[in-house]
Amino acid sequence: MVKEIERVGIPVVHVCTVVPISMTVGANRIVPAIAIPHPLGDPKLDPNEEKNLRRKIVNKALEALSTEVELQTVFED
Amino acid sequence: MGNIRVVHYLNQFFAGIGGEEKADHRPEVREAVVGPGMAIKAGFKGQADIVATVICGDSYFGENTEEAKAEILELIKKYEPDLFIAGPAFNAGRYGFACGEVADMVQKELNIPAITGMYIENPGAEMFKKSVYIISTKNSAAGMRDAVGKMVPLALKLINGEEIGSPEKEGYIERGLRKNYFADKRGSERAVDMIIKKLKGEEYKTEYPMPAFDRVPPNPAIKNMSEATIALVTSGGIVPKGNPDHIESSSASKYGKYDISEFDNLTDITHETAHGGYDPVYANLDPDRVLPVDVLRDLEKEGKIGKLHRYFYTTVGNGTAVASAKAFAEEFGKELKADGVDAVILTST
Repeated sequence: MVKEIERVGIPVVHVCTVVPISMTVGANRIVPAIAIPHPLGDPKLDPNEEKNLRRKIVNKALEALSTEVELQTVFED
Repeated sequence: MGNIRVVHYLNQFFAGIGGEEKADHRPEVREAVVGPGMAIKAGFKGQADIVATVICGDSYFGENTEEAKAEILELIKKYEPDLFIAGPAFNAGRYGFACGEVADMVQKELNIPAITGMYIENPGAEMFKKSVYIISTKNSAAGMRDAVGKMVPLALKLINGEEIGSPEKEGYIERGLRKNYFADKRGSERAVDMIIKKLKGEEYKTEYPMPAFDRVPPNPAIKNMSEATIALVTSGGIVPKGNPDHIESSSASKYGKYDISEFDNLTDITHETAHGGYDPVYANLDPDRVLPVDVLRDLEKEGKIGKLHRYFYTTVGNGTAVASAKAFAEEFGKELKADGVDAVILTST
């Protein structure tokens, strides 16, 4: 799906936990997530902390979308 | 020589420990034949013993790959195996990834043959087909007998140092290697035969398949995020409560398009996940954990992004055919473009 969205001319960032799979699939902008059943959350945290964590990942995703890339790039902390 | 010592690798599901709720199971070893190991043992007809079975949850492996690999290697090493068999993983993506990673590691670190089995669309196959012999299996465990029937002979050949035949002959996934051989007819004749078949519309087989590099170059970055319309897409199966379009929990045949303009936040009352390939508890309690509507709404209010697109698109990425996923995104990609969406955040579980 990532590739098809990219193909129509829309930049796309893939937020996912298993980065090697995303690389194989062919995503160009990749942001690592927390865990498979809760990529953008962590039930161990209290709700405020959890939302901050989610905000951090979304901000990273927006940063990825604002960054020119030529090759597949993983945006880590 | 005594019997061949085999160590077998399984995930939590095939080991009978549990489904997705047990996918965080940490590596353990059992000195026993477990689950599909029975069929493998039987296939060896007394020539090999499964001396140990190493089991690890797929999520644990996917989320802690390096640690998991180190732990698993220690467990395997102790048994001094002659051969390592992982899976088969069929079309289970995380399991395929784990089988490939572990088989590759065992070959390199322990210097013994390792094989696994996967469906051709398993992402693990694409990742490891060059380094590991991967038997081509059906897309579900219904293909177990067939898979084992191919894995055992190939494993014996590897152990005995016999010559390995072509992918078609041995049943493994093409590794991208070329091998010279003497053909009955010379090249010009074969080429002419091929083109005649092609002209007649008959089936013909190329001798040099082109590698399929389907890469899409990245689009330019967003210059001004504060004016950009961002859309959310997910393969994590988030749907309005009740799953109105009945998106399947695995092998999805469709995607959903849902209006979120009225939502500042997704909750267990408004939304849920339809995905059958991960433990749904966390996503059902707070669907923002998969589809971060709450945060994007905040960022929209703060003017950090221009707008959160009115619709999100969703499907279940669980054993779903690559061709289906491609077709879904081709269709809604055009819609997103026509609707003036500037960028997409796609989340996967």
